[in-house]
Amino acid sequence: MSNFFNKSDLTRQDTDKIVSETLKNCDDGELYLEESKSESILLDDNKIKSSNYSSDLGFGFRAISDEVVAYSYSNEISKDSLKSSSENLKSTLKSIKGTYNHEIPKTNKKLYEDINPIEQKTLKSKLEILNKVNDFLRKKDGSVKQVTASFAGEQKSIEIIRSGGEVITDVRPLIRFNVSVMLEKNGRKETGVYGIGGRQSYDDYLKNDNWKNVCEEALRIASVNLESKPAPAGEMKVVLGPGWPAILIHEAIGHGLEGDFNRKKTSAFHNLMGQKVASEGVTIVDDGTIDNRRGSLTIDDEGTPTERTVLIEKGILKGFMQDRHNARLMNTKSTGSGRRENYRHIVLPRMRNTMMLSGNQTQDEMIKSVDKGIFAVSFGGGQVDITSGKFVFNCTEAYEINNGKIGSPIKGATLIGDGPSILKEVSMVGNDMMMDPGIGTCGKAGQGVPVGVAQPSILIDKMTVGGTKL
Amino acid sequence: MIKDQEFLKSKASYCLDLAKKMGATDASVTVGHSISETVNFRNKSLDASDRSDGLALSIETYLGKRRSSISSSNLLDENIKTLIEKCFETTKITPEDEFNSLPDKNLLAKQISNLNLYDETRFENEKKIKYLKDLEESASSDNQIINTESSFTENKSNFILANSEGFCDGYKTSSFTASCVTVAKDENSMERDYEFSSKRHLSDIKQATDLGNKAANETIRKLSPNKIGSEKISIIFDKRISKGMLSAFASAISASAISRGTSFLKDKIDQQVFANSINVIDKPDIIKGMGSQNFDSEGVNSNTLQLIENGILKNYLVDTYNGKKLNLKSNGRSGGTTNLYFENGNISYKDLLKKNSRCLYITETIGHGSNLVTGDYSVGATGFLVENGEFKYPVNEITIAGNFKDMFKNIILANDLEFEYSINSPTMMIEGMTVAGK
Repeated sequence: MSNFFNKSDLTRQDTDKIVSETLKNCDDGELYLEESKSESILLDDNKIKSSNYSSDLGFGFRAISDEVVAYSYSNEISKDSLKSSSENLKSTLKSIKGTYNHEIPKTNKKLYEDINPIEQKTLKSKLEILNKVNDFLRKKDGSVKQVTASFAGEQKSIEIIRSGGEVITDVRPLIRFNVSVMLEKNGRKETGVYGIGGRQSYDDYLKNDNWKNVCEEALRIASVNLESKPAPAGEMKVVLGPGWPAILIHEAIGHGLEGDFNRKKTSAFHNLMGQKVASEGVTIVDDGTIDNRRGSLTIDDEGTPTERTVLIEKGILKGFMQDRHNARLMNTKSTGSGRRENYRHIVLPRMRNTMMLSGNQTQDEMIKSVDKGIFAVSFGGGQVDITSGKFVFNCTEAYEINNGKIGSPIKGATLIGDGPSILKEVSMVGNDMMMDPGIGTCGKAGQGVPVGVAQPSILIDKMTVGGTKL
Repeated sequence: MIKDQEFLKSKASYCLDLAKKMGATDASVTVGHSISETVNFRNKSLDASDRSDGLALSIETYLGKRRSSISSSNLLDENIKTLIEKCFETTKITPEDEFNSLPDKNLLAKQISNLNLYDETRFENEKKIKYLKDLEESASSDNQIINTESSFTENKSNFILANSEGFCDGYKTSSFTASCVTVAKDENSMERDYEFSSKRHLSDIKQATDLGNKAANETIRKLSPNKIGSEKISIIFDKRISKGMLSAFASAISASAISRGTSFLKDKIDQQVFANSINVIDKPDIIKGMGSQNFDSEGVNSNTLQLIENGILKNYLVDTYNGKKLNLKSNGRSGGTTNLYFENGNISYKDLLKKNSRCLYITETIGHGSNLVTGDYSVGATGFLVENGEFKYPVNEITIAGNFKDMFKNIILANDLEFEYSINSPTMMIEGMTVAGK
């Protein structure tokens, strides 16, 4: 556990006093202290290319009055620095007459252990695994021309001090292990990427030589792509595989249901609450409470315990994701969705683990029902225009479907759709819901936060595939 | 107040001395300080203000050909000492890499010229508020605009880069950025668009009213879009998007992508990769340039590079490590390009619009659809259908796709280049790309 006060002239008593005094007439706000330790170790081109360790310490001080958020951060934890931040906040919020909301829910549950994953595995053994990955892949397939493998680990300790002296803390471990492989055959080059991770120790993910499975999956994707043909262009049926392809939901629906865009009425969903936005078989939740998942948090970055928020139930729009600020302005409660990348950034309502729940059909039935379409198994990133509702995501492994049968692999293509209407095109929902392997990072307003997604196989009746073959 | 050179230098030499004392054969350190203040407006009133004050330190230690690095925001001597110890311990067990080294001494920058990258003007938050009020007033003058969000950021930075070869230099930079995002609505649709202006000097920032008007106009004209059919069509890329082609090109010619063999432009030096009318230049010494620099992130002197000459690839972007791998000298591009641009073409913007009887004019793309290994390109897009030089109607929910290898050879550039950002391009046409729509 971090002690933010032992190397500074700032005492906890001083801090409580400055915080309470600064937030006196505000509606909300807090001092957020954060210490993070992180490492990244990269093998590339047959060598250990870099080994970086980073430590970061700082605070972010926030004061909210009505709709205005004043924020000031510094990486110098001292009395002077905190006072100067306080002055800065007060000068922004001149004449204020709010009533501080002291209410914040509590939790005793912990979704991950207080570990520092970096210290739990020696550098030597991490280097050893990276070298094994390189040798394994290059021996396994002669067409392997490039291997990149990496470890990333982090421990983040946070402390939230609210007006009146209430203190909330959390210690969050996070790791990721990633392998990328490039093949070259007959003059063609293709890559395959796969990774795993979450909020446990490296060894929890790498036991029983699990790194081999990660290598084989990356290699399999690259091999499939070596045989790929140009993708078709135009509207057609799309079958999505289970797991990671749920970034469709994250982009198409998730962002549009974040509280800020709906309070500002800039989301394509802002006036659709209680209305049918999806086929009846579609239920979507955003769940921050699953043990050890990448997108899970015991408490969010405002101190609110996370929850399982129902967004869409049997096709009907039921809820938005809220932080305290937007919840207050919309007369509702925070859903424990207030998140920030680190102390340098303001809190925004964000997703955690966004999941479409299982239905009762099979992937086989879906493929058989398609005359002409594509079957998309794996994806790269996605993006959405909140206001128009248009979203895209990029296939990294996909196949043609002809007359109910899976055909040749096709080249990476962008799929585009319309958020508020796409889920009405979902005509089958599979019984095979799966979580992603723990690799997602979501970007919003320049802030990246770790997230998860899950879904079963689904059939979408109409979507535009951005290939080159007409 | 932004920390001065003396403070940063003393921290840097403390680090170098300590690393040497512990037994590092070489070391390099960067210390930086940055202060920025942002004011955000929404619908003509104050929405948020944000002040940041941050120090940053990064150190690389070498033991012969072994290397590792650390970074931190905590500059207390005691913390620095712990970190350097940790860094050096890591260096000892990191395997050797024959290409690891500091830059060649004779390539390091010797003379620092004044590129006028720092404007000490303090633009008080009250003045930012006044600017944003004017901006939002003009942005919301049309009643189809239902939401405006704008911000003004002032940033001042200073840094020192020092290494054990004796290099020790740095300089202050500043930037002022105003931006506006507007949302417009009609009975059929809701659309969003934006405009921004970012400059080294306050006096060069666009007028608030111009910026607001531009954002509003760009948004309103997108209302009630259509989706078009799938077809091969000529595509015109607005300047906002055409400069993205240069970013993709720059990534593909980085020495790292070339030495790893993961670029579609590997082994293409002295070969035709663009249409023969195309010239691409990277110029680090533009006065007040947003991408200007005296030296790169390793201290290597950077000169103007002609990357593409009459369509032929002339240079990669070379840093020390990957340069040694490729047997090339660093050309001061560790950290990428500086001020990168296409030279003007010889056709006017108007004539470019009229060049084909029917074309698609793209103003925004979404998604990460550039594959630099294969050159495949596929992104979501928004724009307008243009017939006989006239904008007919807005288009959205389409994708555009092709391969950079073909696209680069079919580029036609207008003669409307302006130096607004660190990457700049004239309006661009590429014939024969695939659009996927209905």
